Amino acid sequence: MFRSLLLVFERRATTMSVLLNIRSSGCSSALWRSFHSSPTTHRLQKLSRLRVVDNSELGKQAMMEGKPPKVIHVYNKTGIGTVGDVVLCAVKGMKKKGVIVGCKAQQPSYIPRTDSNNVVLIDDNGAPLGTRIVVPVPASLRTILKEKTHAKGADYTKILSIATRFI
Amino acid sequence: MASCLSRLCLTSRLGGKTMRTIGCRGLNTSHISMMPKSSSSESTTDNSVEKESSKKRGKSTQVPSYEQGKVSRSGVELRFKYPEMFPEPHMIWRNPIKEKLERKDMLARRSRIYIPEFYVGSVLRVSLSNFHQADKTSTFVGICIQRNECGLKANFILRNVIDNLGVEVKIELYDPRLLKIEVLRLEKRLDTHLRYLRDAPHEFSTFPLDMKPEIRRTDDVPLNRIKVKLNPRPWTENWYKYDFKGIDNIEDQITNKMNRRRIQLRKPWEKYDMMKTYRETLPEEEINEILSEIKEDVEEHEQKHRRRIN
Repeated sequence: MFRSLLLVFERRATTMSVLLNIRSSGCSSALWRSFHSSPTTHRLQKLSRLRVVDNSELGKQAMMEGKPPKVIHVYNKTGIGTVGDVVLCAVKGMKKKGVIVGCKAQQPSYIPRTDSNNVVLIDDNGAPLGTRIVVPVPASLRTILKEKTHAKGADYTKILSIATRFI
Repeated sequence: MASCLSRLCLTSRLGGKTMRTIGCRGLNTSHISMMPKSSSSESTTDNSVEKESSKKRGKSTQVPSYEQGKVSRSGVELRFKYPEMFPEPHMIWRNPIKEKLERKDMLARRSRIYIPEFYVGSVLRVSLSNFHQADKTSTFVGICIQRNECGLKANFILRNVIDNLGVEVKIELYDPRLLKIEVLRLEKRLDTHLRYLRDAPHEFSTFPLDMKPEIRRTDDVPLNRIKVKLNPRPWTENWYKYDFKGIDNIEDQITNKMNRRRIQLRKPWEKYDMMKTYRETLPEEEINEILSEIKEDVEEHEQKHRRRIN
């Protein structure tokens, strides 16, 4: 019974691949690749890679090794990160928090869109691991991080003091 | 018949240049024809058609209030000088009352702030009030890579490379937060948008933040024929699908399959598609009507500003 079902399925698969003029080997991958034609939206979500833009040792090493941090959680309701969101990253086998300071995705007017997804690594109290941010950061980060900081929670405003240029 | 003829004569003068862009309505049509003026051979044929159309108009009893020759001659220039003043030509997006009200508002805004003539490829410095900044103002210098939308929601994107990081800011032209728009280098480029600079080496979009405005010796806007070399793939968009004049090395960067697709997607017949041109251009009568409405204000404003500079 099972074998006959499998046979039917195989036959169907082959007919489909013949119809679509695709070789039966690697059918599934060819199928999906041929239909994907829209440009990417560059959303920052779980498993997307980031670029560390501060001068922390950990971040530097991770970038030098060609293993940039990977997002494993975004701390907001939507699960899609934007400027000012806190993310949990996997860096060199460790879990570190970070603040997104630049997005490749399309942004609203006056909020800069950058060519890479930038992150600044922080510890659990919100203090940055590095001492300097080497790229410009959006000015709106000032307001967003101040709003995020509460008396009993983490203090994210220390990132603002290590930034070199706001745009 | 007369209107049809005049529309044709207008499109032939513009060169009927169009290019499909992804997902931006504004660029598809009215802003697209921001191309250098047609050659002299074309202009002679234009004149003959124009004469014919004017003859036919003369026969009909309706004579417009404006002086036809004067407005239409400088009209084409003004049409591209202030692209956001002219509505989206496609019928499903037209709304004459809204357009008229918006034009009034735009002129009112232009009486408060000088909005200069600029094109895709010009280098601008924009300063605006920004409550996030410590001194409540921010300034950005960059090359205009795209102009979008018409009417009050007209906007443009400035791009620059700061500290080896490509940064882009979208700015709305009629935003009350704008303090000053300054043109540092006035020039046109070969393409209607330069979004491909995102995938080009940094030197093509690097401009110093303290750049000084270049002195213009002539009134006409120069066309920069620079060709950009793209970085290797992956790219942010599929540039190989379109024929960009400003990209130098696209065929070295793509595979054979992509090249076949590129050839397949070419539409050489589009320049003969009269219905497409009809949909994507405004009739000349309408252009002249809008021009007669805005011309006085705009010119007066320009002269006032020129005096202020001197």
